[in-house]
Parts: sequence; C-alpha cells; structure tokens
Amino acid sequence: MSALATLLKRDLARFLPGTASGGTLLPLLFFMAVAMLYPFAIGPNPTLLAQTGGGVIWVAALLAAILPLDRLLASDVEAGFFDQWALRGIAEEMVVAIRLLAHWLSFGPFLMLAAIPASALVGIDGETLRIVEIGLLAGTPGLAAIGVIIASVTVGLRSGGAALSGLLVIPLAVPLLIFGAGSLSTGGEGGLALTAAISLALVAIAPFAGGAAIRAAREG
Amino acid sequence: MEACRLTATDIACRRGDRILFAGLSLALESGQALQVAGANGMGKSSLIRILAGLLRPFSGEVERQGSIGLLDEKPALDEHQPLGEALAFWSALDTGSAPLDRLGLAPLLDVPVRYLSTGQRKRAAIARLMGQEAQVWLLDEPLNGLDTDAVALTEKLVEDHCAAGGIALIASHQRFELKGMARLELAEFAT
Repeated sequence: MSALATLLKRDLARFLPGTASGGTLLPLLFFMAVAMLYPFAIGPNPTLLAQTGGGVIWVAALLAAILPLDRLLASDVEAGFFDQWALRGIAEEMVVAIRLLAHWLSFGPFLMLAAIPASALVGIDGETLRIVEIGLLAGTPGLAAIGVIIASVTVGLRSGGAALSGLLVIPLAVPLLIFGAGSLSTGGEGGLALTAAISLALVAIAPFAGGAAIRAAREG
Repeated sequence: MEACRLTATDIACRRGDRILFAGLSLALESGQALQVAGANGMGKSSLIRILAGLLRPFSGEVERQGSIGLLDEKPALDEHQPLGEALAFWSALDTGSAPLDRLGLAPLLDVPVRYLSTGQRKRAAIARLMGQEAQVWLLDEPLNGLDTDAVALTEKLVEDHCAAGGIALIASHQRFELKGMARLELAEFAT
C-alpha cells in the first residue's frame, strides 16, 4: 500500500496548482478568462446571458480540462519512469488509476470553486449555479478519465501530441456535455444522473485502457 | 543475496523490418558478469530491454529468477526536483540505500536534476539502481559521460555486486574492466 501513497504524493506534488514543482493555475485562469470574455462578445443582455451562461461554463470547463494533457503521462514515459515501475512490479493500470485521481484533484474541485465567480460574470442565478455545480461534480471525473485515456494513447507521439490530444478529447466529451449542460435547460435530475453514469463508466475503463496503451507504446 | 539466474534461449530481435540479431543464447548464474559488445545500432539496448522484460523478443524465451535493475540512458528522476527529493521518491519505493558519498552526490542533493551534468546524472541513476538492491543488474552504456574516477568506481561497484552474488550484464562499446567477465560479441549473431 505504501507504493500507492508514494505515487499519489508525487503526482499531487506535480499537478496540484500552486505547488512548487510545476502545478499550474493556467487552466483555471483560462476558464475564468472565457467566462469573462463571453459577456463582452454577446453584449449586456441579461436574459440572453442567463439563458446561455451555464452552457458556456461547461464548454470552458471542458477546454480547461484539456490544457494539462500534454504533460500528464508522456514526460514520465520519456524519462523512463514507467520502465522502472514495471521492473518493480508496479502495474501500469495502478499508476494510471492514481494519475487519474491526481489529475481530477488538480482541476475538478478548483473548477467548481471558480464556477462561483464565473457564474457572476455570465449572470446566472443561484438555482442554475447549483445545477452547474452538481453537473461539474458529476462530469469532471469523466473529463479527467477521457483526458487520461487520450494522454496514454498519444504517449508515443514525438510531436504534435498536445494539439492532437485536445482534438481527440472533444468528440469523446460530447455525451458528458450533452447531459451535463443539457440538465440546465430541462432542470432535470435525469441529465445529472446520466452524466454521473457516463463518468463512472469512463473512470472504470480509464486505468485499463491507459495501461494497455502505455504497454503498447513501449513495444513500439 | 539469494540465488539468481538469467537465461535467454535462442532469442531474436526485430525492430521495424529488420532482424537485428537471431539465435542468441546466454545463461548467467549468481556472481557472473557478461559484457555485450557491439557497434552502434547492433541491438545492445534492445537486448537489454528484452532481458528486462520490457520488450518482447521476436522469437525465443527469456527466464529470469531474481529482481531486475535497469540502468539506461533514461535516469527516471524528476527534472525539476532537487536531486535529494528525486532520489527520495525511489528510496520510498525501494528497500536499500545508496552510497551517496561514494558516488560524490552528497554535495549535489539540493541541486535540481535539470542542472546536473551528463556524468552527474549517470551517477544519480547509479544511486537509484543501488538503492533498488536488485539481484540482476542490466546496465546499458553505464560508462557514458563518466570521468576516469567515476569509471573506476562504477567498475568497483559492479565487482562488489557480483562478489555479493549478483548478476551483471553490461552492454557497452567501451572498455569495462572486470575480472572474470565473459564477453559476447553481438556481431556474431547479426543477420
């Protein structure tokens, strides 16, 4: 069990915003910047902003989740960490599962916090904010899982990996977006429940898909 | 140290469309050392990775008994962290401790890994390898970037490792001084 704790500690030190060794606030600033720009682009129409603001928060959250992908796994493969873990009998699946947890912790809760000031910027009311927050709680683990899967599939790519992984994440994230942001217009619990269900399935698949992709890249 | 063994039977290695070598067999018992020699691109690193179990051989079988330690061109140390913390990550996973003073690393523990020179990185990787206390050492170009003193030290460390009952397999095109070490010319198995 201590191997798990050691790996998680290293991952958190690398990914949490504000930690000395490179975790970054940039995705959060990006998220806030989108929320800030939106009213400028749409114009000061309170009804229109209130109707569309929740959806914009969702799109901004999705894009912010893509930003850290290029350094999620590739650097560890290049530096030989996965080789050394494999020799010590630490399965790729376990490393990827821990990485998924650390990746989510480094942006999910912070996005939920940032959604509060963002909701003021796009002018949505308290009830809508509540649904957005529950939706983010249900949806961001799924976004993190998609991110980890794509990051592990693009691990072997020498160049252009960052842009390509961003492009690959978007279609996979469509179901989460439809049900997550869709729950805003219907106000329904059903949409949120479906978002959570998709997230759960993705989180369950991610360690196995990711582990297999990293092993395949090693053979290449 | 418990008995260890490393055997490869009739292995071949394919990279892309080329068969790099074929029909290679070797058997190493506790205390033995072997240098795999060959020019660049002969497949020394691929052989090491096959023996480590990180690469599937195109044909043939590898049997390992005992824990495997790998030293190659990738140090597996966090670039942005001070050397001390980067090594502490591995010592939390491994059992042993590395002789940092002997390797001349003690004054460097506060220096971020990205500022270390090639030779210092290599010595840091040797420290990681020693901390692992693996029985079978697979060393891919262990002398690259090392100065004369560090070369002598590395040879001594490998000698001690074998004297303690470990296995060492050294892939290098350079001279590696070690008493009683066998030599395998990879060129003989090239196709």
